[in-house]
Amino acid sequence: MKPRGLLSHPLLSLQVAAAWLLLRQSLAPGNLITAALLGLLLPRLLHGFLPEPVRVRRWGTVLRLLGVVLWDIVKSNLIVARIVLSPGSRPQPAWVPVPLDLEHPLAITLFAGIITTTPGTVSCVVDARRRQILVHALDCTDAAAAAADMKARYEAPLKEIFG
Amino acid sequence: MDTLTALPLWIQGVAAALLVTGGFFAFVGALGLLRFPDFYMRLHAPTKASTLGLGGVLLASMLLAWARGQAGLHELLIAFFVFVTAPVSANLLAMAALHLRLPSKAPVPPDQPQP
Repeated sequence: MKPRGLLSHPLLSLQVAAAWLLLRQSLAPGNLITAALLGLLLPRLLHGFLPEPVRVRRWGTVLRLLGVVLWDIVKSNLIVARIVLSPGSRPQPAWVPVPLDLEHPLAITLFAGIITTTPGTVSCVVDARRRQILVHALDCTDAAAAAADMKARYEAPLKEIFG
Repeated sequence: MDTLTALPLWIQGVAAALLVTGGFFAFVGALGLLRFPDFYMRLHAPTKASTLGLGGVLLASMLLAWARGQAGLHELLIAFFVFVTAPVSANLLAMAALHLRLPSKAPVPPDQPQP
C-alpha cells in the first residue's frame, strides 16, 4: 500500500501534532514547526504498519459517546465500590460473549477498550476471526442482557461514527 | 508550598475533594485486589483504579495548575495514554490467564481452554 498524498492518515497526523504541542504546552513557532513535521513524517514512515485510514462520519456522535462513556465510568465505579466495600456481598462473575458487528480494527479496538475502561467488565479475548469479544463481568446474572446493553451503548455509536 | 496556600480557599477545597475522591477509588481498587476470589475478578481492580482514581488526581492537578497560571495540559496526555495502554495490558493478562488455565469462579465458555 503506497501512501497517498501528503496526508494519507489525516487523523493520525493531527493526533501526533496535538500530542507534541500538549507535551510542550506552548504554541511557539518552533514547536508548531516540529509538530507539523512530526505529524507529516510519522504516518508516512509507519504506513506499512497502519491499517486503512479511517474517516469519522459523525463528530456529534463522537461527543455523545464520550459523554456516555464518562458517565458510565462514574456510575459503574460506584456500583463496583459498593460490591467491594459491603462485607456480605457475593458478586456473581460471568463470562459474556459479545458478538461483533464492527469491521474496522480501530473501531473494534476502541470497543474493547471502552468495555475494559468502564469498571465491572474487562474484555479478555478479542477474536477477530470469529467476530466476538469474550468479556469477563464482575457481577452479572444475565449474560445476554449485558451483551445487548454493551452493544447498544457503545457499539451502535461506534458503528455510526466509522460506518 | 507557599504558592498552594496562597490560592483562594475554594480552589484548595475543590482540589482536596478531588484528591480524596481519587484516593478513595484507588483504595477501593486495591481492596478489591485483596478480596476477590479468582484471578479474573481481581483483574477488575486495577482497571477501576485507573479510571476514577486516576481521574480525580488528574483533575485536581489540572485545577491547581490553572489556578497558578500554568497550562496544565500534560494531564490530558496522561489520561489519553492510560486509556490506550490499560485495556491492552488487561487484555494480555486475561489471555495469558486463560492460556494457563487459571481457575475461574464463573464457568469458562466451552470454546476456551478449560481449567
